[in-house]
Amino acid sequence: MKLTLKALLKSPWVFHLSTGSCNNCDIEILDCLTPRFDIERFGMLLAPSIKHADVLLVTGSCNRKSAIRLKRLYEQAPKPCLVVAIGECSLSRGMFIHSYNCPLPLDKIIPVDAYIPGCPPKPEAILAGALKLIQKIKGNL
Amino acid sequence: MPKSVIPIGPYHPLQEEPEFFTLTVDGETVVDIDVQVGYNHRGIEKLSERRTFDQSTFVIERICGICSTSHPFAYTRAVEDIIPVEVPERAKYIRTIIAEGERIHSHLLWLGLAGHFLGYNTLYMWVWKLREEILDVMEILSGNRNNYAMFKPGGVRRDIKSEDIPLVIKKIDSIVPTLDRLKKAILDDPVLHARLKGIGILTREDAIDYGALGPTSRASGVAKDVRKDAPYGAYDKVEWDMIVTETGDVFEKVIVRVLEVYESIKIMKTCLLNLPEGEIDLNIKDIPPGEGIGSAEAPRGETFHYVRSDGTNRPARHKVRAPTFMNLPTFKVTVIGETISDATIILAAIDPCYCCTERMAVRNTKGKKIYHGQDLIRLSQEKTEHIKRKMGIK
Repeated sequence: MKLTLKALLKSPWVFHLSTGSCNNCDIEILDCLTPRFDIERFGMLLAPSIKHADVLLVTGSCNRKSAIRLKRLYEQAPKPCLVVAIGECSLSRGMFIHSYNCPLPLDKIIPVDAYIPGCPPKPEAILAGALKLIQKIKGNL
Repeated sequence: MPKSVIPIGPYHPLQEEPEFFTLTVDGETVVDIDVQVGYNHRGIEKLSERRTFDQSTFVIERICGICSTSHPFAYTRAVEDIIPVEVPERAKYIRTIIAEGERIHSHLLWLGLAGHFLGYNTLYMWVWKLREEILDVMEILSGNRNNYAMFKPGGVRRDIKSEDIPLVIKKIDSIVPTLDRLKKAILDDPVLHARLKGIGILTREDAIDYGALGPTSRASGVAKDVRKDAPYGAYDKVEWDMIVTETGDVFEKVIVRVLEVYESIKIMKTCLLNLPEGEIDLNIKDIPPGEGIGSAEAPRGETFHYVRSDGTNRPARHKVRAPTFMNLPTFKVTVIGETISDATIILAAIDPCYCCTERMAVRNTKGKKIYHGQDLIRLSQEKTEHIKRKMGIK
C-alpha cells in the first residue's frame, strides 16, 4: 500500500459537498457527528476545506450549476482523494433522472470509490459505508 | 473609504446547502448583501407534471428533507381543493401528528445549528441528541426517519396503531425535562443575551412590507400563522397558543422557536390521545379538471401550492411557493448595518432552506438568459419598489 493511502486509514477527514440535494442526506451526515452515532470515535472529522480532506462526501443529483464546481473541487483536492456518493440522488439521480437540470450521474463526472444507497441512508448505513470504504482500501494491498 | 467584498460560498463550511452570499463591507460593517441561489435547482415542478397525482407526493416530499411533511400537506390540500373533498377525521389527526413531529425536529435542528454558529458546540450536541428521540417517534409512527411518505390525496397511507401510542407519548414526554433545562440554559445565558439581543432587528413594518412568514414574522409581532388563520387538519380541534414576540431581533426568533416546540408537543399529545376511529383514506380515483390551492404552516412559514388539473391523471401545472422565498429578502434590512461576525447568525436566523426555494428558472424566449432564483428575488424586490413608488410610500 502506498504510504499516503496507509496514513489515510487511521483518521480520514471528510469534506461534505451538496450538489443539489434535498438536505436529508446532509442532515444525516451531520447526525453521524452527534452523540448517538459519534463518527468521530473512528477518527473521522468534517474538514472545513477540500484541501485538508481525504474523503469527499457527495450528496445530491449534480445539477448543471454545481457539476462544474464539483469538478473544480475534485481537481483541487490533494490526491489520493476518495469519493463517497451518499444517497440515491448521487448514485443514479433517483427520481430526478428525468429532470432537465440533472444531466449526468455523479460517477460520469468524477470517479467514485464507494456508494451508500438510501433515501436518505440512515446514519448506521453511513457508518457501515465508511467502514466498507476502509476495508476496500486495505484489500488493495 | 474603499469598500471590500467578502464572498461566502457557494460551498462553505458554514452552510449545509450551497448558496452564495456576497457581503460588501466597509470596515467591520456590512453595507450591502447579495444572495445567489440556484445550486439546488432540480426542476421539481416539471417532474411533478410527469407523474400521477398519487406519485407526485413522493417527489414533492423531496423538495426539502426537513419540510418533508409541509410540502405534501399543502399539495394534497391543493388536490383535494380541486375535487373538492373533505378528508376523514382520523386522517386529519394523523396528518397533524406527523406535521407537528416535523416541526419539533426542525426547530431543534435549527437550535442546534444556531448554537454551532455561535460557538456553543455543547448546545449543538445536546439538542441533536434530543432530536434523535423525535426521529425515533417518527420512525415508530411512519417507518422512516425523514421522508415519511404518509400523505396521499384523500387521506394518509398508513394508520397509527393504537398499541404504539403509549410508547410514543412516553418518548415525547421524555424530551420535556431536557428541553426545560436547555430552555433555561439558553434564556439565562448572559453571553447569548449579549450576542443575540438587539442584532438583526426586523421591525413589524418591515416584516409586513417584505411579507415575512412563520417564526420570522411572529418574532416581529406579526401574528400570522396558517394554523390559526385558516385552520386545516385538526388544528381547530386542539387547544394551543400562537407564540408572538415584539422586537424581532435574533434572540426573539430563538424564543419563538423554543416555545413553539412546547406547543407542538402539546398538539401532538392531544391528537394522539383523542385519535378518532374511522377510515383513513377516501380512495380518490379521478381528479376533475380545475384549479386548487393549498397551504400549510411549515416550520419556516407558510408553504403554498397551486395545482391545475386538466382531467387527466397528472397535474397540468404545479406551482410551489416555499416560505424561505419570502423570508430571504428580509436580509436587506436585517444584515445591513451589522458587523460581519453577527452576519452569520442573522443569515441563519430566518432558518433559510434553499432547496425549498429554488423552484424555477424562467427562460426568456427572445434571448438566452436564464432567470435563476437571485434574478427572481431581484425582480420581486423591484416590483415591490415599483408598487411602493406608485403608492407614494418611500
